[in-house]
Amino acid sequence: MIPTTIAFAIGFLVPFVYGIFLSFCKFTTVIDFKWVGLENYTKILYVNGKLDTTFLHSLWYTSLFTVVTVLIINVVAFAIAIALTRGIRGTNIFRTSFFMPNLIGGIVLSYIWLMIFNAILDDYSKTIVSTQWSAFWGMVIVVSWQQIGYMMVIYIAGLQNIPPDVIEAAKIDGASGWKLLKEITLPMMMPTITICTFLTLTNGFKLFDQNLALTGGNPAQQSELLALNIYDTFYGTSGWQGVGQAKAVIFFILVAVISVIQNKITTRKEVEQ
Amino acid sequence: MKDLSTPKAVKRYSAFDNVLTVILAIVSLLWISPILIVFMNSFKRKAYIFRNPFSISAYELSEGFDKWMSGVKKSWFGLQNYINGINKTDLIKVFGTSLFITIFSVFLIILCCSMTAYYITRVKTRFTKIFYLLCLFSMIVPFQMVMFTLSKFANMLNLSNPVGIGIVYLGFGAGLAVFMYTGFIKSMPIDIEEAAMIDGCTPIQTFFEVVFPIMKPTTITIGILETMWIWNDYLLPSLVLNINKYRTIPIAVQFLKQSHGIIDWGAMMAVLVLAILPIIIFYLVAQKYIIEGVMAGAVKG
Repeated sequence: MIPTTIAFAIGFLVPFVYGIFLSFCKFTTVIDFKWVGLENYTKILYVNGKLDTTFLHSLWYTSLFTVVTVLIINVVAFAIAIALTRGIRGTNIFRTSFFMPNLIGGIVLSYIWLMIFNAILDDYSKTIVSTQWSAFWGMVIVVSWQQIGYMMVIYIAGLQNIPPDVIEAAKIDGASGWKLLKEITLPMMMPTITICTFLTLTNGFKLFDQNLALTGGNPAQQSELLALNIYDTFYGTSGWQGVGQAKAVIFFILVAVISVIQNKITTRKEVEQ
Repeated sequence: MKDLSTPKAVKRYSAFDNVLTVILAIVSLLWISPILIVFMNSFKRKAYIFRNPFSISAYELSEGFDKWMSGVKKSWFGLQNYINGINKTDLIKVFGTSLFITIFSVFLIILCCSMTAYYITRVKTRFTKIFYLLCLFSMIVPFQMVMFTLSKFANMLNLSNPVGIGIVYLGFGAGLAVFMYTGFIKSMPIDIEEAAMIDGCTPIQTFFEVVFPIMKPTTITIGILETMWIWNDYLLPSLVLNINKYRTIPIAVQFLKQSHGIIDWGAMMAVLVLAILPIIIFYLVAQKYIIEGVMAGAVKG
């Protein structure tokens, strides 16, 4: 108990509280700081009286990225899960290979794809970071490839939890194919769909490794997701650590709001059932 | 239609099912093809990786088989990429560092968090209640929020080494582990522990000889989730560790890219293969536990 408490204090509590405090200070190290009030927060948007859109662009880019990946990952994972719960031949082998990319970490994964993308685009004298949109779709492909297997496993677990008699009863009543899926399977799967949606949502918002390794934010910070934008603010230019910390606080609030909404939705569902 | 309720009955596959099997076979082969492509390219000379990424030969098969075969010889580089890659990244040491950090941290998390969770469910004080709530709270805080302060504190406390980072991981990973253990202990009947106490067990004996064995499924789940996280983690070790001395595999891979962005793709291919191989072996051996762990983790998390 005591070691966990100490480690928890070092690893989380003290840095967290101190981080909030430092977001109101100008600092370069943790012992050398000066209180500046809200200056760091205004500097996110205004630099020397001029509007700086880097952070806003990153916020918008991240939101778009998150929406696209949430849709692709969940639809594909759900479809594969349906196919793999029919009891067809080779189910186990398919499940094994679909899940495999998930175990490979973001950095290693991104270099695999960086090589493939750039080898293909080489013929057209382009790279993955030629435009922010090629970078965008590159990241979408990598992240989907990584997470579809994970979500598929959760969907399979959900599908196996639907009581067979419900399906049986619906079939006797004449439901089949699309109708069965729409009227019975989907409503019964709502709790699982909620879990997976929020998992992919927070994963999308927090994405860092793939962004760093695949695009590094290029071209010219145009493909920077929020997490990398914060990292760059901290370690890119000296003297901006305060602004980085302020961005991190905003980032934390965004992620926390998503989590609270998720919690509200899941608890309400549990009450209804 | 197939009977879902009796899966043990002799199964007849409909035509649709067979078509589905064929489609999925093709898709899943495509799915793992990136890994196969990297494997193939790891034996080729640098110059031919980008020119002919999807072929082992420098020439097209349509140019005749003999020419194709000579193309294979032309691009073949044997194990040279592997030798370069291992030398450039000091991969054997890096692998050891990664292995040590992962095993040590996961061990620490399991040992400390299981005891903590047991303590805070069975001893109810205001402190334990607040501690539990803080653990829940820590799960929603993104790493970027504590990134800077955490790495600076870790440096000040001399935690920039493979042992020290275990303590950092314990602190940052405690939330999930305590939460999952607490969930399990709450559902455990207290009678078993009382019986053990009556038989003369001390609280610590009760924990290790009675409670901990019962928690085995949760321990496996936590072990798998934390292993997957720590083994692949890049940002935390790159900030906390003294990277001139200690590097983990993701850090070594990232550092193969030089500051001006040039990558030795031959060495990179080989290092990627060596980075993936242990994961795939581990996965094929422990597949059952990994998939069950992910399922259990998602339901509780």
